[in-house]
Amino acid sequence: MSMRNSLACVVAVAMGLCTAVALADSGFSEPATAEDIELVYLSVFPDGENLPEGSGTATQGKPVYEMYCASCHGIDGEGTLADKLVGGRGTLDTEAPDKTVGSYWPYATTVFNYIRRSMPYTAPMSLTNEEYYAITAFVLNKNDIIAADTVIDKNSLPEVRMPNRDGFVNAYPNVPEQYDYMH
Amino acid sequence: MSNDARDLPRVAANGLLDRRLFMRNMMLGAAGTATAGASLADSVSTGQPEWMLTPGATTEDYGMPSRFEMERTKRWTVPPAGQIATGRSIAAMTPHHMMHGTITPGGLHFEVNHHGIPDIDPDRHELIIHGMVERPIKLSVDALSNYPTETHNYFLECSGNSSRLWADKPTASHLDLTHGLVSGSEWTGVPLSILLDEAGLKPGAKWLIAEGGDSGSLSRSIPIDKALKDSMIALYQNGERLRPGQGYPIRLFNPGFEGNTSTKWVRSIRVTDRPVMSRFETRTYTDLMPDGKALQFSLGMEVKSVITRPSNANSLPKKGVYEVTGIAWTGNGRITRVEVSADGGQTWGEAALQGPVLPMMLTRFRIPWEWEGGPAILQSRAYDEAGRVQPTRTDLIAARGTKNVYHFNGIHSWGVGEDGGVQHVYA
Repeated sequence: MSMRNSLACVVAVAMGLCTAVALADSGFSEPATAEDIELVYLSVFPDGENLPEGSGTATQGKPVYEMYCASCHGIDGEGTLADKLVGGRGTLDTEAPDKTVGSYWPYATTVFNYIRRSMPYTAPMSLTNEEYYAITAFVLNKNDIIAADTVIDKNSLPEVRMPNRDGFVNAYPNVPEQYDYMH
Repeated sequence: MSNDARDLPRVAANGLLDRRLFMRNMMLGAAGTATAGASLADSVSTGQPEWMLTPGATTEDYGMPSRFEMERTKRWTVPPAGQIATGRSIAAMTPHHMMHGTITPGGLHFEVNHHGIPDIDPDRHELIIHGMVERPIKLSVDALSNYPTETHNYFLECSGNSSRLWADKPTASHLDLTHGLVSGSEWTGVPLSILLDEAGLKPGAKWLIAEGGDSGSLSRSIPIDKALKDSMIALYQNGERLRPGQGYPIRLFNPGFEGNTSTKWVRSIRVTDRPVMSRFETRTYTDLMPDGKALQFSLGMEVKSVITRPSNANSLPKKGVYEVTGIAWTGNGRITRVEVSADGGQTWGEAALQGPVLPMMLTRFRIPWEWEGGPAILQSRAYDEAGRVQPTRTDLIAARGTKNVYHFNGIHSWGVGEDGGVQHVYA
């Protein structure tokens, strides 16, 4: 019955009639526990929300990168089977834009989060947080963004400023006029 | 049937022909005499096709297309079927040049899988809605199946569809390679607004972070106004449960938005006040402009159309009257008009739209055309109810350059040669 009320509210919202109706016992869901959420909540935000404990440096990351990443991304991040990670700065407005972590990715937190949740490609999430921090530091260092001995962790990683941090323009809900073919 | 030796099946040099030829010829010959008065000694079956002469096959648990059609109408896959991916995305492209209507069968729907297709046990899969909500909730697939559903016909298009048309030269002739990353299906699911209402949105909620249950746990940020308007948790496609490559057992579906936002295998929706800036909304699916800036959250798919017949798959066998037909779609709602040109865009004729014309769904258009044997350039141009018009390739590039990879919606051209051959050209 409460689900019907909830549905009625959806219909009423569409008609502009409903104020705020939320029903605690509606529908067929169960409460999600903190443990349920922790297991599925893998995202990390640019301000550092949801970064795990742990830390690493580029120096520590070099052997880890060479063991788990280099076979696809190249020993120096030059890209082989998978994406090039290093270089390309200053090429985005040229005839041959080279989009890498160093030249294109706007947030260091995204670099860490993507590696941690998705890599190594054949065994995602198989390494420790320490190793993921260290690999991230290695890739950032290869791009001359941090020093070899800079410790990155949940506090310092959000402070890393990526070279292309201001390179993006919001296109929702509309593409800006200067890029619109009808203007 | 011709008796010309050039048409006969040769098995070796200097005129040796297949031994079975006489058997077939004798049957044909016998059929010929049958009409003129068959001998009483001949079987009545003489000349009939062999599939009429024995009982057919029994039915299957799950029916498949004809074995002949399986060889003709199939997706273009990257990497080729059966080969192992090497760390790049896996794609399958819909063969619109071999299809008709507006519904894409599940097995021919396009796919882009960035981290492979997971083999998910539906009894162990849950959707968890959390973040800025009054009550974090979890829903099993069985629980979701108890909710009221909505069913809509929607197109789904990868924003990388037609990316080859940004290239300086027309590098791909085949329609699946240029327009195979759009498909149309009937999607059935639970409106996301019902589930968000059940969890209870807190004030200030502006975005959802949807995460998939694939090995990359692919994630995208979705504006909450979209989610409350018409997004759904899809359970069925064309009346059957989702195929694994479409997100089995559940996917988020955002009508009219770029395909990657419709998170397959969705297992987590985090309600937030800001986007997460995931890899797939920064590194990928952002559109690099000539000034070096990149468009981000270019989520809506623009008005677009393409002729599916004639195409690379069907050259014109002789002069005569043909139906020119294709598909048009827009993320802004309904298609209002499609025009077709046979002279490379100098003059246009209005095509008929096959109704019902549904919002955010493929609309089929058609127009008769007499081919007089000379060269022709066939184009289509779509209009939508938001007043948007499909641009020429030239106008699109003037506004956005050629380096953005995504969101190519310019006019496509088929060049028809004097021999009736059809190939992709720029015009």
